[in-house]
Amino acid sequence: MSELNELSLAEARDGLKAKRFSARELTQAHITAVERARALNAYILETPERALAMADASDAKIAAGAARPLEGLPLGIKDLFCTEGTKTTAGSKILENFTPHYESAVSANLWRDGAVMLGKLNLDEFAMGSSNETSAYGNVISPWRRTVDRVVSDAPIVPGGSSGGSAAAVAAHLCLGATATDTGGSIRQPAAFTGTVGIKPTYGRCSRWGTVAFASSLDQAGPIARTVRDCAILLGSMSGSDARDTTCADLPVPDFEAAVTRGVKGLTIGIPKEYRVDGMPAEIQRLWDQGAAWLKDAGATIKEISLPHTQYALPAYYIVAPAEASSNLARYDGVRYGLRVPANDIVGLYEKTRAAGFGREVKRRIMIGTYVLSAGYYDAYYVRAQKIRTLIKRDFEAAYAAGVDAILTPATPSAAFGIGEKASADPVEMYLNDVFTVTVNMAGLPGISVPAGLDAQGLPLGLQLIGRPFDEETLFAASQVIEDAAGRVSLPKPWWA
Amino acid sequence: MNAPLNPKKLIKGGLHDWEVVIGMEIHAQVTSRSKLFSGASTAFGGEPNAHVSLVDAAMPGMLPVINAECVAQAVRTGLGLKAKINLRSVFDRKNYFYPDLPQGYQISQYKDPIVGEGEVLVDLPEGESITVGIERLHLEQDAGKSLHDQAPNQSFVDLNRSGVALMEIVSRPDLRSSEEAKAYVTKLRTILRYLGTCDGDMEKGNLRADVNVSVRRPGEPLGTRCEIKNVNSIRFIGQAIETEARRQIAIIEDGGTIVQETRLFDPGKGETRSMRSKEEAHDYRYFPDPDLLPLEFDQAFVDGLAAGLPELPDAKKARFVADFGLSPYDAGVLVAERASADFYEAVAKGRDGKAAANWVINELFGRLNKEGLSIDESPVSADQLGAIIDLIGEGTISGKIAKDLFEIVWTEGGDPRAVVEARGMKQVTDTGAIEAAVDQIIAQNPDKVAQAKEKPTLLGWFVGQTMKATGGKANPAAVNALLKAKLGIE
Repeated sequence: MSELNELSLAEARDGLKAKRFSARELTQAHITAVERARALNAYILETPERALAMADASDAKIAAGAARPLEGLPLGIKDLFCTEGTKTTAGSKILENFTPHYESAVSANLWRDGAVMLGKLNLDEFAMGSSNETSAYGNVISPWRRTVDRVVSDAPIVPGGSSGGSAAAVAAHLCLGATATDTGGSIRQPAAFTGTVGIKPTYGRCSRWGTVAFASSLDQAGPIARTVRDCAILLGSMSGSDARDTTCADLPVPDFEAAVTRGVKGLTIGIPKEYRVDGMPAEIQRLWDQGAAWLKDAGATIKEISLPHTQYALPAYYIVAPAEASSNLARYDGVRYGLRVPANDIVGLYEKTRAAGFGREVKRRIMIGTYVLSAGYYDAYYVRAQKIRTLIKRDFEAAYAAGVDAILTPATPSAAFGIGEKASADPVEMYLNDVFTVTVNMAGLPGISVPAGLDAQGLPLGLQLIGRPFDEETLFAASQVIEDAAGRVSLPKPWWA
Repeated sequence: MNAPLNPKKLIKGGLHDWEVVIGMEIHAQVTSRSKLFSGASTAFGGEPNAHVSLVDAAMPGMLPVINAECVAQAVRTGLGLKAKINLRSVFDRKNYFYPDLPQGYQISQYKDPIVGEGEVLVDLPEGESITVGIERLHLEQDAGKSLHDQAPNQSFVDLNRSGVALMEIVSRPDLRSSEEAKAYVTKLRTILRYLGTCDGDMEKGNLRADVNVSVRRPGEPLGTRCEIKNVNSIRFIGQAIETEARRQIAIIEDGGTIVQETRLFDPGKGETRSMRSKEEAHDYRYFPDPDLLPLEFDQAFVDGLAAGLPELPDAKKARFVADFGLSPYDAGVLVAERASADFYEAVAKGRDGKAAANWVINELFGRLNKEGLSIDESPVSADQLGAIIDLIGEGTISGKIAKDLFEIVWTEGGDPRAVVEARGMKQVTDTGAIEAAVDQIIAQNPDKVAQAKEKPTLLGWFVGQTMKATGGKANPAAVNALLKAKLGIE
């Protein structure tokens, strides 16, 4: 057997159960890997002492025959989830020294089930970004590198965003799995960029309580892991109703892991023609066709469908999300917690604190959001965007009503790009990364990104499956078919260690 | 909706008569144990920041959860205002920065309030009554409190009130004088207190008013209004309206125009001052709060609350008039407070309603007012007062003695019947004893007897003398009859 941190989460779980190694050994292997991989900047904060203490507690449970579902499994936590007694920054300077007195619902569920926390993972500031370059704690570097003319380039690649730390850490074996959040693609795009699996469940599947808010009507937590099964296991623990979040669904959590091997026989998979966007690279189209063929071979029916309002999703998203963000981020004012830059009066305190505490992208979105909610613009922007949102939702409802069980699309319009390549570009170019993923958030549906191959430069590409509300099980079943057919992608040599 | 223009309500300017037009936004703190969206206590007077949850402090990732009791209270209030209850309403965010507003927005209801149109019947002192239209009632969060006097260069913030539920009750501009405005707030306060949905305590700021005032020449279109913010007593509401109306009249009569703005009333100086103009008004960027689903309930929920409502002042007043034969005025006085009405009913039960009203209003309320006591603090219970009235009715004591008895019961307590026994306060009805006294007085005053035949009004003098002689205990009817017979007065 190779290093313990190279096991899948399911393998590690089974190994612990069979007492082939201890939770402490498993955790220590991860701690060592994390320490060696600091060049990736995936973790904002490492918590090795806490990890080992939790691992020892897990070993005691295992010895007592009282192992819980995730007993002793080391995970990374996106630094958007508040962790009691452990700093939580949201990737922002404004929360640089913020230590919550409470634990987010999602992470609390993981600890309830016996998981071990390795540390807090880097992200775009307040989850606003698609490359992890907006983090106040430096960008994350993907463990992947381009191969050009059979030479591995040492130009650093972005891991995607906003859950770039989560995706990079999972891909580089710096944790067995990670929590992530997805407001417009922030789980699925980095998963696609790093050859990992990421699922954004249905809006309301996971409680938002204790997760720093970006856009409340779109934010949803989910896992990133190296296999479809691992994602299913993690989502099972992360999910569940919560009376503290009234938008959280009061539904039982299905056995997601059992759904993984269900297969796709008899299912109808829709291929939306509107996702065939102008200028889409041929290799993306090929990958998409290949995915459809794999599903067909496994017994699914492939059907072309129309989601006519798709083209309006991205502009509408970039109205709704900043609008909500502009209001959600008003609480960072220097009065009660977080950064405070002193000034002579209260307006000065607000201005100086927020000027120093927020980065460019966050400021940009606060300004966009403030603008679209302003008197005289509200109807033209916010109200129309909400109407588009309804139309997008109806597009999906019509497709599902016509017998489609899940929808297959590319996860991203391209493979990962180099760090800095788009940093100076028009921000809209960066926003275009979300073109295939935002529709899912706007409609509140579940979506999963699963690795399906590599591009010409050896970088991973992902396919996205979109499901009916609260039918993540079908997504796990169909993704497993793709994972089985594509084979698990193997990382380049760990150049960072 | 309103009575024809009453010239007495007009304000005399230098040049013309002016009509003042008033609409009100009342902020009433909902009576509930915990806040509108958090479990923190609403108790008044705690140490600063003692009643603050993570939600109230707007910690990252905290979410609001609606308090069902506050919803029920808003619906009860809507029913009490005979208003339309909206089975679906929406919470919106009102965005602005202020240190005592931790979220950077107030959760309120903007386009879709929980309660729609209703009305309040307001009785005016001269027997007239008006109907004031209610435009809407919505639920919203209160803000915290900024303390500017604790340190020279800093302000402190107390979040105990932050997130407490308020009902904003918006009236139509149906009020035409400061008297009407005061009567409206008084009546609204009475209704809220009957319902138990707001304690109406203006001193604690649990009920406060924003008053919209404009003036116009009678018959002309509405003038430009100014809003006077946060007036916190009924007396000040009256003063603020008078002051503001005269300010506006003076400007217009001087050829000026009124600028729409928000003003503050300074009771010390007796003036209103500009707070901010329309141009400086905040752009609140209202939008539906994405943390909260629309608030929805069914008609059965409303019906259940309606079934549990107490009898409200208008209905009670009508019943007192019909069942006890009271004048509308007396009935109105009695129902102004639920506790007073309950007290009265306990006294009146099985007795003469008018007599009971006289005793409650004149003797009891008079005495309570003098001592600055509330009805709940009355040293004389309804049973005791009822017993006094019974003693009069039975002829055991005279009305005059009854007042003495009331005084004894007030200061010393005790069963009135036993007090009467113990102190020999019983009225003398034995005609023999009265006759002896009468005969003595006639014998001693032959000149008056002679005069009385010419001047029957002298009878009163004889009655007085007889009462004096019997220590006030003689039955006045018996005294009268005997004297008339003996003096030969018809």
